[in-house]
Amino acid sequence: MNGEGNSGPVFADPITADILLSVNGDERPITVDTRETLLDTLREHLDLIGAKKGCDHGQCGACTVLVDGRRVKSCLTLTVTVDDREITTVEGLAVDGALHPMQAAFVERDAFQCGYCTPGQLCSAVAMVREVADGWPSAVTADVSGPAALDDDEIRERMSGNLCRCGAYVNIVAAIKQVGS
Amino acid sequence: MTTVAAPSAGTALDRVDGPEKVTGRARYAYENVPADLAYAVVVQATVSRGEVRAVDADSVLQLPGMIATIWHENAPRLAPVEDAELTVLQSPRVAYRGQVVAVVVAETLESATEAARLLRVDYRPEPHDVELRPDHPGMYRPDHVNPNYATDSELGDPDTALAFASVVVDATYTTPAQHHNPIEPHATVALWDADGLTLYDATQSTSGVRATIAPLFALPPESVRVISPYVGGGFGGKGAPHAQVVLAALAAKQVGRPVKLAATRRQMFAVTGYRTPTVQRVRLGADEDGKLSAIVHEAFEQTATIKEFAEQTTVVTRMMYAAPHRRTSHRLVRLDVPVPTWMRAPGETPGMFALESAMDELAVACGIDPVELRVRNEPTIDPERGLPFSSRNLVACLRGGAERFGWAGRDPEPGVRRRGRQLIGTGVASSTYPVYRMPSQASARAEPGGGFTVRIAAADIGTGARTVLTQIAADALRVPPAQVRMEVGDSALPRASVAGGSSGTASWGTAVLRACEGLMDALHRRAGDVPPGGLEASADTAEELRSQRPLSRHAYGAQFAEVGVDLDTGEVRVLRLLGAFAAGRIINPKTARSQLIGGMTMGLSMALLEESVMDLEFGDYLNRDLAQYHVAACADVRDVDAFWIEEEDPDLNPMGSKGIGEIGIVGTAAAIANAVYHATGIRVRDLPIRLDRLIGGGI
Repeated sequence: MNGEGNSGPVFADPITADILLSVNGDERPITVDTRETLLDTLREHLDLIGAKKGCDHGQCGACTVLVDGRRVKSCLTLTVTVDDREITTVEGLAVDGALHPMQAAFVERDAFQCGYCTPGQLCSAVAMVREVADGWPSAVTADVSGPAALDDDEIRERMSGNLCRCGAYVNIVAAIKQVGS
Repeated sequence: MTTVAAPSAGTALDRVDGPEKVTGRARYAYENVPADLAYAVVVQATVSRGEVRAVDADSVLQLPGMIATIWHENAPRLAPVEDAELTVLQSPRVAYRGQVVAVVVAETLESATEAARLLRVDYRPEPHDVELRPDHPGMYRPDHVNPNYATDSELGDPDTALAFASVVVDATYTTPAQHHNPIEPHATVALWDADGLTLYDATQSTSGVRATIAPLFALPPESVRVISPYVGGGFGGKGAPHAQVVLAALAAKQVGRPVKLAATRRQMFAVTGYRTPTVQRVRLGADEDGKLSAIVHEAFEQTATIKEFAEQTTVVTRMMYAAPHRRTSHRLVRLDVPVPTWMRAPGETPGMFALESAMDELAVACGIDPVELRVRNEPTIDPERGLPFSSRNLVACLRGGAERFGWAGRDPEPGVRRRGRQLIGTGVASSTYPVYRMPSQASARAEPGGGFTVRIAAADIGTGARTVLTQIAADALRVPPAQVRMEVGDSALPRASVAGGSSGTASWGTAVLRACEGLMDALHRRAGDVPPGGLEASADTAEELRSQRPLSRHAYGAQFAEVGVDLDTGEVRVLRLLGAFAAGRIINPKTARSQLIGGMTMGLSMALLEESVMDLEFGDYLNRDLAQYHVAACADVRDVDAFWIEEEDPDLNPMGSKGIGEIGIVGTAAAIANAVYHATGIRVRDLPIRLDRLIGGGI
């Protein structure tokens, strides 16, 4: 790291770190400002524009990506904290040019309009289906001792961290149910 | 080349830009990266009225990576224009808290954000006035209301009619300020070069931004290019350019480099527009059979000191129901507040909350079913304009919706249905939206290698415009949609009207159709031979629109809601929401349904959640993020569906279509409030329907 030892925050050079990011299976060596969020690194430095900035406060979910397979809000994740983790963005969902089943279901069910929350919805949905399969309960799971079902109530509850202002929720639930069942 | 294909219009074609959007390839405004890019971040006023005395620009310039601090003393001069929202950084005056007083430009977003945080601005504050009250001494009568309707209207003698009516409803309704909150914040990347100014912008109108921005920089329109192929929602907020476009262009000019600038979510609550709060008094006079004799609808609203926006809240009442005696009016007050603007169905959305709530109150007062009450007051011609309707199928929507919803046999008694710890109720409200059509141009080109390219500077903000225009073009060219490449979202394309007023399909579709027809004629003359350079035809619909005969043109609908209200907490859940619509010919049932249920979902959100709270002491909206300004989340939206009735209307446009982008939000909040009344016996006249309004109402 550089910048260490400079006194006074105002005129110090930004503190940077050299890290190796693993994104969608590619190793990307990069020097990042330690103030930088994963969202800004992806969008501003790696031209991975799929993850979207909607609020920058962890409130809308548009920035959702997968870190080691789990959904995280990349706007609340400092890039320096994920240099040894496997990051998957919406660009990494499709394999060899074929849409991921969740992507295809979103198109078929018209589960988006403007498309801006969509990458976050997709990453969230892919991870959420896995969470249910792994038996993780949610706030609406009636019996937390048994496996959770991927019913409408569970999907709605588990997808409520991803806002869609166009109001495609009904179609988002239908798309996820189609893939998950 | 001219193979005959089955018509695409009427089929549920998947969105043609779907694959781009689900793979993350669709590039939105802020994601454009011209070489040598710098980052701009705005600094907002922390007083709600006064003057900027000084900006300590030099201190932050010593921060690493800083390029410039721009404020009114060093900003490039803009040409004077009427729209004071756009003449940014030209004077020390602060007209509202949150107005932009400086822009900092730096090498990285982090540095610019840090500098914006540290920049010291010294103000001379003045007392502010930010409270909308109907008895405000500053209330005035605007010259007209948006976009160009008469401010007031009067027919017959409504006061006498009310005095002699057997049944009178006299109630005041309020709607709060609401913010659009598209998930994509307003953003611009600005680039100056020898050709002029290029703007990658999040906008509902590339042609409009070009026409508005060019004069500010004393440029001919052809020297400004606005590129906006993908827009992350607009809802009216991106209909006209706001400060961020000008700031980006101005900053790029000042630093001599391309600059990108986005409003943050929190900044959007001050600088990118909102729906005015309203206070509305509705008086209805009727006989015992519910037949209206008088309708009076008065609205009180706010606007900013620097710009007038007069929401046309009561205009819808001029057309909705028959009554011989009627009056509508609008009064505004200029407050030290941010500039309000169009938000999804401006006018109809707040206005129909009040009118349709009042109609429900009248139904209760008369002991008549609310569906039947509306049917009884159906006019045969437009009551105030005296014109025939081109088509009007409100009654069919009410009847058809009632049947599908299971309305028959509804017990009108409020507060008597319980399911567990919930009180259950149902409600209905009418929906409507005018049919607008605006002049546009388009071109259609047969490519030498096969296939067609159709161009128009339209905007697809999520409406599905790119898809339905492809379908319209495909049918006109008699080919499958896959053979048509549709280009939109660029001011270099043939000039088009704004994605607003639910007018896109009608306006752009007419231009696209005429251009394709022209191309087909040209191909026919050449016996189908496409020359090596391709063959192109273009169209301009200005003349065609002028010859349209005067009729009253509107889409109609009816919305039915079932709610459950928690007895202990007052929490309202919308269990079912069904919309029945009559909106002319539906070109794509898949995207149309999404538009309609999307509007209804925003209406549900408006009914239960949305409220921008004005801080009277500090003079700005308090709840400036999505954790505090609530919009409906997935768990809030259960069973929402829409259907439409077949409607043939030859007096609209060649497609026979009415707009569907806005009608979905009109009436939803009233249907839900009416259902809450039916569930609880509590009439909530102030949106949103908060828990305290039910608990406080004695649930």
